[in-house]
Amino acid sequence: MADTLVVAELLEGKIKKTTHSAITFAKAVGQPFSILVIGAGAKAAAAELSGFGAKSLLVADDASLASYVAERFAPTVIEVAKSGGFGIVVATASSYGKDLLPRIAAALDAGYANDISGVSLDGGKVVYKRPMFAGNAYGYCTVSTAVQVVSVRQSEFTAAEPSGGASPASDVAVAPAGPGADRVEFVSFDQVKSARPALGEAKTIVAGGRALKERFNEVLEPLADVLGAGVGASRAACDAGYAPSDYQVGQTGKIVAPQLYVAVGISGAIQHLAGMKGSKVIVAINKDGDAPIFQVADYGLVADLFGAVPELTKAIAAAKGLALLP
Amino acid sequence: MKILVPLKRVADPDNANKVKIPATGATVDTTGLEWKPNPFDEYALEAALRLTENGATPKTRAGEVVVVTFGPKETEATLRQALATGADRAIRVDAKDDELDGSIVARSLKALVEKEKPDVVLMGKQAVDGDSNQVGQMLAQLLGWPQATFAATILEEDGALLVGREVDGGVLTLRVKLPAVVTVDLRIVAPTSVYSKATKRDFKYNDGVRFAALPAIMQAKKKPLAEHKLAELVSDAGLKVHYAKFEAPPSRKAGIKVKDVGELVNKLKTEAKVLLPLSKENDHG
Repeated sequence: MADTLVVAELLEGKIKKTTHSAITFAKAVGQPFSILVIGAGAKAAAAELSGFGAKSLLVADDASLASYVAERFAPTVIEVAKSGGFGIVVATASSYGKDLLPRIAAALDAGYANDISGVSLDGGKVVYKRPMFAGNAYGYCTVSTAVQVVSVRQSEFTAAEPSGGASPASDVAVAPAGPGADRVEFVSFDQVKSARPALGEAKTIVAGGRALKERFNEVLEPLADVLGAGVGASRAACDAGYAPSDYQVGQTGKIVAPQLYVAVGISGAIQHLAGMKGSKVIVAINKDGDAPIFQVADYGLVADLFGAVPELTKAIAAAKGLALLP
Repeated sequence: MKILVPLKRVADPDNANKVKIPATGATVDTTGLEWKPNPFDEYALEAALRLTENGATPKTRAGEVVVVTFGPKETEATLRQALATGADRAIRVDAKDDELDGSIVARSLKALVEKEKPDVVLMGKQAVDGDSNQVGQMLAQLLGWPQATFAATILEEDGALLVGREVDGGVLTLRVKLPAVVTVDLRIVAPTSVYSKATKRDFKYNDGVRFAALPAIMQAKKKPLAEHKLAELVSDAGLKVHYAKFEAPPSRKAGIKVKDVGELVNKLKTEAKVLLPLSKENDHG
């Protein structure tokens, strides 16, 4: 079998942690792998990936790649995949991977397995496990084209740790922008700045539903503070404007699997469950004792959240020996 | 503006009606589930209608909205529903569901786009059955068109669309010159998400997609619906992705209900052991 190509993800000249999940996938497949570090500042950033056991680091660094635009990044990925004779091209199924990889698959006339949650080898074949129907079924599929394009679910592929050694880095040519590139213009990226851990990486997540209304932050932030948690939300809470859309956990939002997930005032539509039922421990607080969220919760508390959450915040702070600000 | 909207019907599970996996694992059994238009495709249709009208006078269409689906004869119900909602014309590409994968649909759509010459292909970011999120991007690559995926807002400009995309960490705004492919996310149907040049910026739509009125449902029966064969559009109709087996996810058993906050904290501390010192939790790299 041919080598695997991992496409790294950069943000503002730094390697995003999503990249480490794609490396975990490459190690699971077991073939030698190279990492393509693409974007402005890739040369400096590539050093961070030197100790992960890659056969080589391929660096495409150019001012034209300052802001991610699929039409500018895809031609180089396609060219590297072709010239390196790679068997699998993989990235993590972040919004970057999901936007970019299908273009690579189309250009290479390759089959694409999106957002896989597992990989195994069956004889010489690589078998991908994919959550489908909002996580209500797993499909096991193979891809029959010479090149296979794969995106992996970050929450299911634990971030790879450095394993020592130093992968040799070499520059690769930045391919000319593809057709269409002259018709797309990057205008802006309005980043939600937060001191909290990113949802994909948080060990604890506190998530709220529409029941919190305008008091979403007032009620959840102190709890998230004492837990050192990331903050998520149901679709309903995002749609209603109580939480930014970037908070959404679910089939079409973030897929998360933290150690502890605290669902506050979330009823538990299957689309939401699809995004969080891989969590190790689930706590649900809801005043409706029949809410579907209780069917997946390890610990359910039927209570009015406006009373229960502040009380829980205090109790956790006490249990941890933290002093709460008044 | 002429807009092509690909639609897929899906067997949509909910809390009451779930998909079943037979013991053989050979298939996903959707018996008892209702066929619905893929919600993201419905949002794409709504966005297409908003882009081809003045929001204040939505009965007059400026341009044309053509809907297309792939599937057997009964998928025409999905198309008729779209026509009743406001689309002008429909195309069905005759195919069996298990003859299709993302690559085949993208290549067929390319052939259709070359015939129809739309200014925009507007579609859902993913179908909620396969959850693959691929066809729009593949189509853009095949056509050599720019793409704007996961659109939450679209503003029409002269010969271009200004698209706000929901991405990890925030909103990324792109300007794509037409023709282009745009795939839509959930919030594209919010009251102030989409503006054609004709719609005033202080206009607010109703939240969500519009529904067909009864007379429109009757009229939709007379709107044109063309049929193509899959083989007319793609020469190589071999599947690239092959599903060998399906299984149900391990069911997560319901835990216990605690009586109060005190018991909850006690359980988290002594049983689940998830209350760690803050310093350890913050060690997330």
